[in-house]
Amino acid sequence: MTILATRRDILRTGAATGAAFATLLLVRPVLAKPEEMEAAIRAFTGSAPVAKGKVELVLPALVENGNSVPLTVNVAHWMEPNDYVKTIAVFNEKNPQPNVATFHLTPRAGRASVSTRIRLGDSQKITAIAQLSDGSFWVDEAEVIVTLPACAES
Amino acid sequence: MARTLINVPPTAKRGEVVEIKTLISHPMETGFRTGPDGALIPRDIIHRFTCTYNGEEIFSADLFPAITANPFITFTTVATESGELALSWTDDKGQTQMETAKITVE
Repeated sequence: MTILATRRDILRTGAATGAAFATLLLVRPVLAKPEEMEAAIRAFTGSAPVAKGKVELVLPALVENGNSVPLTVNVAHWMEPNDYVKTIAVFNEKNPQPNVATFHLTPRAGRASVSTRIRLGDSQKITAIAQLSDGSFWVDEAEVIVTLPACAES
Repeated sequence: MARTLINVPPTAKRGEVVEIKTLISHPMETGFRTGPDGALIPRDIIHRFTCTYNGEEIFSADLFPAITANPFITFTTVATESGELALSWTDDKGQTQMETAKITVE
């Protein structure tokens, strides 16, 4: 009886340790929530209405390596001295921080078009918002699927 | 401080929209990664980029940890007059790197 009990004990401890290891392996860096992106967007727009259109967010739909994802934002709006695209801000849903980049343009840009490369920690939705000089906001969104996310090694 | 690559067309027609491509070598440490000892590696990113054309600011950007290492930024400007484009990058350690590129407008 005693021997059997010991063996059960050992098995029980083994199972518990296994479960503990499993939870340890599942610990991942804390990712931002979609609500945090909404809060960041609200901080940028000041709760002003945001309309769809004008903005074109160019991102690959399927990304193999989240460490470097090419991103282009084009805004179909003229760049006149009194009527131009003032700011382009990019936000993400699930990286540790909701902001990606904010670009400040002037009428001397000639064309509202910026490109950069970004990191993506997970498959998620990217949002680009443009603010015109008259204070109106325009938005475009893109869904991205990431095969190998950035920060996977930590 | 760091190696940079700047691509500005050497000559342009007056009024033409030219594309400027910039790249700087920088680790862009996010501040979310842990080192071998398990402690967080402090954040060190380029958080500010500006470009001036003959002294007047034409473009600037606020960058966040979601920008890749060796940040690459492209933007456009109207070639108004011959002169100099000055690009500057500032990182969390307070280091600022300034590079210039010449443009001739015909």
